Amino acid sequence: MEETKEHKIVSFKTYIIILFLLISHTALSVFVTQIDLGNLSVIVALSIAALKSLLVFSFFMHLLYDKRMYAFMVAGVLMVMTLVLIITFLDYGF
Amino acid sequence: MISYEFIHKFSDVIFVGLFFVNNKLLKTMSNSSLPNYLEYKGKYKGIFAWIFSTDHKRIGLLYLYSIMGFFIVGAILGLLMKFELIAPGKTIMEAKSYNAVFTLHGITMIFLIVVPGIPAIFGNFFLPILIGAKDVFYPKLNLLSWWLYIIGAAVAISSQFMNGASPDTGWTFYAPYSFRTQSNVLPALIGAFILGFSSILTGLNFIVTMHRMRAPGMKWLKMPIFPWTLYGTAWIQLLATPVVGITLLMVVAERVLNIGFFDPALGGDPVLYQHLFWIYSHPAVYIMILPAMGIISEVIPTFARKAIFGYKAVVISTLLIAFVGYFVWGHHMFTAGMSGTSLFAFSFLTFLVAIPSAIKIFNWMATLYKGSILLRTPMYWAVSFLFVFMIGGLSGMVLGALSINVHLHDTAFVVSHFHFIVFGGVGFAFFAGIHYWFPKIYGKMYDAAWADTGWIVFFFGFLLLYTPMFYLGIAGMPRRYYDYVPEFHFANILSSFGAFIMIAGLAIIIINLFRSAKRGKKAESNPWAGKTLEWTIGSPPIVENFEEIPEIK
Repeated sequence: MEETKEHKIVSFKTYIIILFLLISHTALSVFVTQIDLGNLSVIVALSIAALKSLLVFSFFMHLLYDKRMYAFMVAGVLMVMTLVLIITFLDYGF
Repeated sequence: MISYEFIHKFSDVIFVGLFFVNNKLLKTMSNSSLPNYLEYKGKYKGIFAWIFSTDHKRIGLLYLYSIMGFFIVGAILGLLMKFELIAPGKTIMEAKSYNAVFTLHGITMIFLIVVPGIPAIFGNFFLPILIGAKDVFYPKLNLLSWWLYIIGAAVAISSQFMNGASPDTGWTFYAPYSFRTQSNVLPALIGAFILGFSSILTGLNFIVTMHRMRAPGMKWLKMPIFPWTLYGTAWIQLLATPVVGITLLMVVAERVLNIGFFDPALGGDPVLYQHLFWIYSHPAVYIMILPAMGIISEVIPTFARKAIFGYKAVVISTLLIAFVGYFVWGHHMFTAGMSGTSLFAFSFLTFLVAIPSAIKIFNWMATLYKGSILLRTPMYWAVSFLFVFMIGGLSGMVLGALSINVHLHDTAFVVSHFHFIVFGGVGFAFFAGIHYWFPKIYGKMYDAAWADTGWIVFFFGFLLLYTPMFYLGIAGMPRRYYDYVPEFHFANILSSFGAFIMIAGLAIIIINLFRSAKRGKKAESNPWAGKTLEWTIGSPPIVENFEEIPEIK
């Protein structure tokens, strides 16, 4: 059986900082809708969302402190999803 | 005229009957000084000791009996179709009844049998034992998966008993027909949605079990191949099933709320439905076939008296099939009007996925080479698996070629191809598995002569049933038609005749196994001289499998 690693206790301060970052990025994503970025607007909105997801994965879901394998597993899932989307849009973009 | 509906009314009877037979069997079993999982007296009694048990082995048997019950229904539906096709024109049913019968045959066989099939039965029963664990990581979640399976099946089958016509869309629920037809598609869709949850939870459970509960010393590359294939399968179950869940809900929303996801009149795209459906349903073929390959990878080395040739190559090819299998769904849609870029990409990827499959075939052959081969019933099934799976695989290559696909799309050739793969692959491996592990599961031996007879009759019937359909497809007979031109008559007679023979073989196999479970001779704990962990424990295994967790050296 795999050895059970002790869970790292993340400080209250760190959680508050992450919470603040998530709220501020939500505000940012609302704010950028006011600016006409043309085709870039979707990319900007998705980038902010991706950054927020990364923070949640890393700190709230402890991927940063857990075994690297779990981070790879999540990354693998995201990669499969991305590839599926790209291949689907081969039918629509070309 | 035979109505297909009466069969469904008796499906529950068959199911309850199987439970009854099982309880009868249990009373005859007692062959260990320690309480085995069949004798164990838990919190509940009678049937409740089964349907509320969290023991992975009992849950495996719950799935076995449920799936067998549905399989008998699905096989009878298939037989009715072959009755209808024995002569041109109407034989025993109307065209609409035929549509409903092939839809229910497909939904039953795919969603209720081959997708859950091997992982739910043998995975549940043997995964913890093969990795040296006492149970799966989440036993209660495991039981919930079975309950969800039964609830999903009940909801899907209820579509047959409600007011209005039975679903007639085919198991693929293609838009726009699926949201326009007046038949009872909604319960079938919701049933399939619930069944998806069962599949996801089983996959999740297996992944966590393999990560967290392997016996000390059982490194990843010391795991037997069957758990490896379950691992690849579990990832597909976890990642691909939600896509079809959402897609089926989108069709429900389309029917009920007219949203316009797939309806061109509302700005939707019916081809998008096909993309979303096959993003799950093609990897689902690998959910079916990977564990089947796992069983073959256990059976062949045991009966060739050799370690599997190229263990690492088999493991890597398993994971590659699981991975590349995500990206080939478009080959179901070559004639749907996709872009040229998509056609090229999907055809290329389809040919690519043949490579890891071929690696496995070559490794099994190399395992047999110079082996001290012991021909017993499981080995007959395993070797015939190689034969039918290669025919299925190579005919898949034919269909993967863009130009030929235009001619063969939606013909009997496709039906034959996927029955060679899905029924030939999964079915033959399932029968290899049940004959291989039967002594372990029940602690009894089956009658080998009857088992071998069942195999040869089934094998011959199978080939006679599906081989003429290759010819029929090439000659231009479309699938899902209840009628055909007189030129196709002879091949259809052969095919229908093959179906009767195959069903006779199936009856021999099932009756022999049930009789043997009740009256068979006591089995040794390791009748095949197998090397994996399940053969180191008693038959049937004790409640938590091992008195002490084994250490692997």
